[in-house]
Amino acid sequence: MAALLVFLAAGARAEQGARPSVTPAQTPVVRSLHVQGNVWMINAGSVNVAAQIGDQGVLLVDTGTEAAADAILAEVRRLAGDKPIRYIVNTHAHRDHTGGNVKIAAAGKSVISGNFAAQAGAGAANAAKILAHEQTQILMLAPGPLGVAEAGRPTDTFFVEKDAFYFNDEAVELLHQPDAHTSGDIMVYFRKSDVIAAGDVYINTTFPVIDREHGGSYAGILAALNRIIDITVPRDKEEGGTYVIPGHGRLADEADVVDYRDMATIVRDRVRDAIGRKMSLDQMKAARLVRDYEGRFGASQGTWTTDAFIEAAYRSLSPARPAAGAR
Amino acid sequence: MPHIVRVFLFVTLVWGAAATPAVAQVDFSGVWAPIMHEDSVERAAGPDIGDFLGLPINDAARQRAETWDASLLTLPEHQCKPHPSTYGFRGVGNLRIWNDADPESGQIVTVHTHIQWMEQKREIFMDGRPRPPDFAAHTWQGFSLGHWEGPVLVVETDHLKAGWMRRNGLALSDRAHMTERFIRHGDLLTHVYIIEDPVYLTEPLIKTNGFRLTTQVANPPYPCKEVVEVPRDTGEVPHYLPGQNPYVTEFAEKHKLPVEATRGGAETALPEFGRKIRK
Repeated sequence: MAALLVFLAAGARAEQGARPSVTPAQTPVVRSLHVQGNVWMINAGSVNVAAQIGDQGVLLVDTGTEAAADAILAEVRRLAGDKPIRYIVNTHAHRDHTGGNVKIAAAGKSVISGNFAAQAGAGAANAAKILAHEQTQILMLAPGPLGVAEAGRPTDTFFVEKDAFYFNDEAVELLHQPDAHTSGDIMVYFRKSDVIAAGDVYINTTFPVIDREHGGSYAGILAALNRIIDITVPRDKEEGGTYVIPGHGRLADEADVVDYRDMATIVRDRVRDAIGRKMSLDQMKAARLVRDYEGRFGASQGTWTTDAFIEAAYRSLSPARPAAGAR
Repeated sequence: MPHIVRVFLFVTLVWGAAATPAVAQVDFSGVWAPIMHEDSVERAAGPDIGDFLGLPINDAARQRAETWDASLLTLPEHQCKPHPSTYGFRGVGNLRIWNDADPESGQIVTVHTHIQWMEQKREIFMDGRPRPPDFAAHTWQGFSLGHWEGPVLVVETDHLKAGWMRRNGLALSDRAHMTERFIRHGDLLTHVYIIEDPVYLTEPLIKTNGFRLTTQVANPPYPCKEVVEVPRDTGEVPHYLPGQNPYVTEFAEKHKLPVEATRGGAETALPEFGRKIRK
């Protein structure tokens, strides 16, 4: 998300003719907690990384910022010892989730053998595989704010709704959620551990972040939240059971996602109603349609302000205009 | 801390200290039945829609409550929610309390509470353990640390899920913090709770609950299994659009009260407010 916001901010400054300023990257404090089963949650400043650890090695969901890569690697080593990092799964293309790809992949090892070995080359075994949705790979290949050096790009992609494999004695499902936070989001569901690493389709720090520039949409975010709720099963009294690691924020379970989904749905309905009543974007902002949630999810300054969210919602939920010349 | 809060706490503490022998730890073990004499109107059938009288809520809380639709509770994912600890002591059903003691010293290390409705089970840690990190999961009962102030058990709770301060849509956020005082007077227990919430309250919300010791020995289980009660499209969430809830003035009309008073806010708790709206 932060990469998107840096990008948006840079874009805004460019439009004003100002030179983008460069903020020195800071190394965040990296901490972790055991979620359940094979899965740990690594909190690297404002970004979360999930680590699945077992006899076959380590699978990481996202790699945090580039500045945090060494600290994340150190935390993985503390948790997993010398077990090799076999896989990195990128939930989407934003740099705050892929910034450590190059360094962390280089610290891993892959099993490369059979007919594929000749194609991959001997060097492929000396790095972890990077898995992502095809749309994410496309975003990472393009020059620009989401571009990543070759060594940090996905090595394995898929273009359908779901990919799955078995690792560390459990099924790992990669669930594509089209056009949500970006065009290429995936959620990672560890079936035996009963943990979902949601990426930025579920966060609990701000209003939903919709990167329309890279294929995100309000409808996709809501579809993702409802899909998570469809998967999660509380242990008892709407608590525990399936846990959800958000891209940003604290560890959650179904009730937390429901609370967030309710908010996002209610806001969607209000914005739609305002659009139907021909309110302008400025009128919507002035009306404070989300007053009741601003204290928890809003911001008047910083990376993703309440106004930026309202604008994204307005544009995403407005009926598409017919193309010029279309009948 | 507002003056009214300081006065309230002083009176409560003096009352508690006078009623209980001055020992370091008091045993609250037993099953306690709620005495529904505080705010009894709201505690069984529940409060009216739009009744926010005397509560120190802000505009955000008011808008959220005025757009709340009770049909939300028919969604399967909402049906089995227990009361959070910020509300549970207001509810119906007995309260069971028991202790875990250190076998060497006899000191209480954990106080357990269990309220009957939806099995609200809670641990109050007395060993001063560190709080979970800020990125840990929140729970309905929160993370509670207790300590003794004379005979009074004082408990600080955070890591709460987003909950409610009243069953008519008045919400509490997951940033709420609760301070409680358990005060025993023989067979009576006074539970004082003070909630601070930077999202929905302008001042601390203070309430008390009374309990009487019973001879009942245990709380029965309270199983809950959600069902589809109303067929709905996936993701549909019942609510009212701002300004379109037809019931928000019903309470004021029923009791012939000025609507302004029923909409709550810190000043509506004060006598001066009554004089102001009579002008």
